[in-house]
Amino acid sequence: MTPLTPPTADPSAALARFAATAPADVVYALVDSPLGTLFLARTERGLVRLAYEDLHGGADPLLERLAAELSPRVVESPPRLDDVRRELDEYFAGRRKRFDIPVDMSLMRPFARRVLGVTARIPFGATSTYAKVAAEAGSPRAARAAGGALGSNPIAIVVPCHRVLGSTGTLHGYTGGLHRKQHLLELEGVMTQAM
Amino acid sequence: MTLPPFQRLLDAHAGDVMRFLVGVVGRDDADDAFQETLLSALRAYPRLEHADNLRAWLFTIAHRKATDVHRARARRPVPVGAVEERAATEEPDGGDWELVRRLPDRQRSVLTLRYAADLSHREIAAVLGCSEDASRRAAADGLKALRKELDP
Repeated sequence: MTPLTPPTADPSAALARFAATAPADVVYALVDSPLGTLFLARTERGLVRLAYEDLHGGADPLLERLAAELSPRVVESPPRLDDVRRELDEYFAGRRKRFDIPVDMSLMRPFARRVLGVTARIPFGATSTYAKVAAEAGSPRAARAAGGALGSNPIAIVVPCHRVLGSTGTLHGYTGGLHRKQHLLELEGVMTQAM
Repeated sequence: MTLPPFQRLLDAHAGDVMRFLVGVVGRDDADDAFQETLLSALRAYPRLEHADNLRAWLFTIAHRKATDVHRARARRPVPVGAVEERAATEEPDGGDWELVRRLPDRQRSVLTLRYAADLSHREIAAVLGCSEDASRRAAADGLKALRKELDP
């Protein structure tokens, strides 16, 4: 017989209160979107990760990587990602063409940072090619490597790697799966060739 | 060495930490102690040198906060009648934990860690810096004292 019964206690409200102001280095949230659940994470500097949750076997591996590469002080706090969620909602509803939230490129290696920096300047509704992006990033012969950098884009959608196509206008590849690339391009009014 | 994301500690242990604090300091003070525990833990977390027994580490901090609350109370005694009234009306557990809170420090700590937070005597020994035997003895002594109170 247990001599004492544990007191009833639901920590969820207290946890939410803690997370809302906790001095974490990374805060994250999972949010719904027309393309499935999105994993969002931000640092003091800006949005550091936007990933399709189903592609990584859930949030755990994403959290592990943030803990290992940025800081183990990772805390879940949906309210602290509210502005990002709002901009994404507007984008998916066709009411936003440009994201205003700052991005933090800490998870990108130097070459990827150049390639994705160029990519970030491709406007809504426009497209480029792997070769052009590589050339603009200062490595004209590195189209394949540029493709690799785009494929490992840690900030999908907001850094619009979906706007980069094969040289003949084919979709080519996408970190979130080609159906998502197609969806995003259609949302932006871009006609794409069949794969 | 990489530490797991802090959120994982919260997911795994926050419920037990809260139950421990409700048991050891009472419902009114548990929330503040919970916030202070997590804040101290988050601040100290990146400086940890290994990821062994994070549960005991977290409870060491919670236990320290609980001890602070009891020390502060000892300096500002509350009228006994007021405490008993509150315990009788608000606590669904019938006030058993209110009795635990009046036990000597070691017995109070061991009984709450063991029966509110479900720590093993091995974990309690790590939290309190005592032996497993000392933890078992304090639990037995505390339960004996409680039975005397409940069934004089």
